[in-house]
Amino acid sequence: MAAAFPLRRLAIDALLGGLIAAALALPMLGFRLVDSAQGLSLATRFDWVAWAAVIVASGRFALGSLSHLLADRHLGLPRSAQAFIASLGAIRPKAGWALIAIAATLPFMPFSDRNVVDKATLVLIYVMLGWGLNIVVGLAGLLDLGFVASYAVGAYSYALLATNFHLSFWLCLPLAGLLSAAFALTLGFPVLRLRGDYLAIVTLGFAEMVRVVLLNWQSLTGGPRGISGIPRPTLFGITFVPEQRVVFLYFVILALALLTNLFALRLRRLPIGRAWEALREDEIACRSLGLNPTTLKIAAFTTGAMCAGFAGAFFATRQGFISPESFTFMESAVILAIVVLGGMGSQIGVVLAALLLVGLPEWFRELQAYRMLAFGGAMVLIMLWRPSGLLSSREPTISLERL
Amino acid sequence: MTRALLDVDHISMRFGGLFAVNDLSFAAADKAITAVIGPNGAGKTTLFNCITGFYRPQTGKLTLHHPGGPMALERMADYTIARRGRVARTFQNIRLFSRMSVLENLIVAQHTTLMRASLFSVAGLLGLARYRHAEKRAVEKARHWLDKVALTDHADEEAGSLPYGSQRRLEIARAMCTDPFLLCLDEPAAGLNPRESADLNRLLMDIRDQEHIGLLLIEHDMSVVMGISDHVVVLDYGKKIAEGSPDQVRRDPAVIRAYLGEEENEELPPEVIPDLKDLG
Repeated sequence: MAAAFPLRRLAIDALLGGLIAAALALPMLGFRLVDSAQGLSLATRFDWVAWAAVIVASGRFALGSLSHLLADRHLGLPRSAQAFIASLGAIRPKAGWALIAIAATLPFMPFSDRNVVDKATLVLIYVMLGWGLNIVVGLAGLLDLGFVASYAVGAYSYALLATNFHLSFWLCLPLAGLLSAAFALTLGFPVLRLRGDYLAIVTLGFAEMVRVVLLNWQSLTGGPRGISGIPRPTLFGITFVPEQRVVFLYFVILALALLTNLFALRLRRLPIGRAWEALREDEIACRSLGLNPTTLKIAAFTTGAMCAGFAGAFFATRQGFISPESFTFMESAVILAIVVLGGMGSQIGVVLAALLLVGLPEWFRELQAYRMLAFGGAMVLIMLWRPSGLLSSREPTISLERL
Repeated sequence: MTRALLDVDHISMRFGGLFAVNDLSFAAADKAITAVIGPNGAGKTTLFNCITGFYRPQTGKLTLHHPGGPMALERMADYTIARRGRVARTFQNIRLFSRMSVLENLIVAQHTTLMRASLFSVAGLLGLARYRHAEKRAVEKARHWLDKVALTDHADEEAGSLPYGSQRRLEIARAMCTDPFLLCLDEPAAGLNPRESADLNRLLMDIRDQEHIGLLLIEHDMSVVMGISDHVVVLDYGKKIAEGSPDQVRRDPAVIRAYLGEEENEELPPEVIPDLKDLG
């Protein structure tokens, strides 16, 4: 039996929400600098502030009444959708194989043209990056906002090695991974004493430093002009015409991504993976069991960076041109959002989230103006419905019954 | 009494102007249960944190008489004390890896051995027999301790979902999986009912008699302290006020005054007593 409709409480709640929105909107929307012939002047647009307040207040009211009406469902997804997500968790191993099968046959599907394969390649780059970051964030619980730095180091390593020393892609790929890992290792020593928010801020800062160095070290990196004419990959001496190359690149990144996945899944079942998870759960308990948190953190950081280095080298060879533009904070944010949305530590969740965050915006380019709006909206919905990510159940890495 | 396992030698730990532990000395014997008791705020947990390296005492020495030679614990990092000194501990507010399974908690405790067996992950990644055998042995040891603390049926459950008493036992099992020479227990009986508390007594005596290691115990529950301790050290305001067998300590006037409380009326301010009499 539902209680009486709490109109008064909801109205007060909506009013407060509107007031807060107005207070926030006043400096952000209420004033505007106008650049005219007479110089700078300040214009006001208080009607926008009023609209913002009205929108927030009515949204708050609608959300409140909805949650009251659906009280027995805890403002959840419809039952059918929840059951669907739960069943996804149950059939996860099969779902994984099905996804791999779909991915492997995609270029040969009747609807696949060059465009589709190209976009799928982009999504796979982010899937690989997401799996790499999942080791750092999902397993070890280190909030890394500077993942793009490792990605950039990998990309520039390949670009510089290939253009200056004419090394082949297949030789440069492991080198790029190693250089990226070495970079993370040197960075890790001073940084990884920090925890949580402090670590996040420092990694963010270092990523920006990497970008600024790339931008200003003109003699080596070409500065804002970037590096162009990066050699395309070959296969045992075979070179490809552009149509074939798109498909070839697709399979290269598919193999790299699956390798990353295998690597991460394997690590999770090893002592180091369990120690990372333990570290995420309770660092003090780890110390009391003789685990050295600093080495564990550095290991996680370095392993994640190595994956990003591979992805970076691939990115460079696919684009044929790289510049610091490609390695802004926005990239780190998208990769982190993929991991968090997907459900930390969940491999298939990362795929879903990458499709959602990278795939959809690519296919709906006409709606680009609304992209950030949709992003924000999706984040709010996820936080309301599935605060721990789309797929977030955890399987133990070892079981007594199986042995 | 057997030889000393841990020598606490004039330890002091100060926070600002307050001495949490003040010039404290005692010895914990090997293959025996030493209990540290005292009123709240007496410095018991601080002492534990000094022994296990979470705090570094400002003065004094902590010597562990390790089979491989004496070790100066006051100069070692917390995780080296656990790994090389083989000193294990549990926490007053339980610290399990709550989203990992019960079995995983016990496997993580054997990290050092397993890490070496997996050649720092290389052998593990390649799936070599060397690692698989080590993992099997680790599971066997975990199962041994699961049997001892009666949690075998819950091995694959999330540690955080266990009832409170089971979590306490699991934390002890996890500490024992590190093969310690000295086990430090911070209030293991807190929050347990009398039956669980009796089970705990049996478990601790069992560990002492079968594993032949030293136990150091902070406890408020007198049935545990008096029932199983071989030696009791009493602290008050960071200082040792008495030490001896449970019986000696029980009769010590200083202990009765500081810990077990004085005659009820004497504690009350004189002006309150007439009021109480009025109330009947």
